[in-house]
Amino acid sequence: MTPALFLIALVLLGSAAAAMLSRNLIHSALLLVGAWAGLAAFYLWAGAEFVAFAQVLVYVGAVSMVVLFAVLLTRQGATAAPVEFDSFKRMIVGLIAAGGVAGVLLGAIAGTPLAISAHPAPAAISVKALGAQLMGPHAAALLVVGVLLTVALLGAVIIAAIDQPEDPAP
Amino acid sequence: MNPLQLCLILSSLLFCIGLAGALARSNTILVLLGIELMLNAANLNFIAFWRYGPHAATGTGVVFVIFAIAVAAAEAAVGLALVIAVHRHRKSVRLQDANTLKG
Repeated sequence: MTPALFLIALVLLGSAAAAMLSRNLIHSALLLVGAWAGLAAFYLWAGAEFVAFAQVLVYVGAVSMVVLFAVLLTRQGATAAPVEFDSFKRMIVGLIAAGGVAGVLLGAIAGTPLAISAHPAPAAISVKALGAQLMGPHAAALLVVGVLLTVALLGAVIIAAIDQPEDPAP
Repeated sequence: MNPLQLCLILSSLLFCIGLAGALARSNTILVLLGIELMLNAANLNFIAFWRYGPHAATGTGVVFVIFAIAVAAAEAAVGLALVIAVHRHRKSVRLQDANTLKG
């Protein structure tokens, strides 16, 4: 059980770090697809199958395509110019901040006695039970998410639309 | 070290990779992808606590992650639309070039 977790962690962290270090935006986007697929594998490992497939559908399928569209729509010139780390100081400060946060978090995790529950492998929650949860106690939140997605879609279209000048009246 | 701690360590490292990317890179798309990684790390925490928590049968963590994925998808769509809008006005996707509000 634990070797699978280490393998998943290796794929996940390796592709995420490579994506953040890459100088080519296309490579970054494709490596992030690998990281998201690794996260879906973690969800499968943890027994949350529905979330794993939602992760594949939403991130590996949809968000990666939106990211690739944005990369292609915003590239400058015909050449695939490398995206440099244009400020050495900024990079150092970012790495120091992230390392500090990592130190604090890892110290807190190592120093906290986390009691895990007695039953080591709970039965994976079925999609039927999940649907009952969503339509029962969380129905209002589900409606709000529907409204949120509609508003976000309309907002994205309006923000990204080309605001051409009005045609002169004939 | 129990498996919950391993999951939390994995989540912390993923969060810090996203944080380093969001702070150190100056390309707007990469910053947005770093933020997405941080959101994913939070989702990983929810699943880990649901899996090893005392109330695994109720599935609250799973439901929360589904809502978080929906909100993150909306955030990615709006964020990338903003990137495209800024690129149209500024002809650049560097963060340093988008420093005024009036387009």
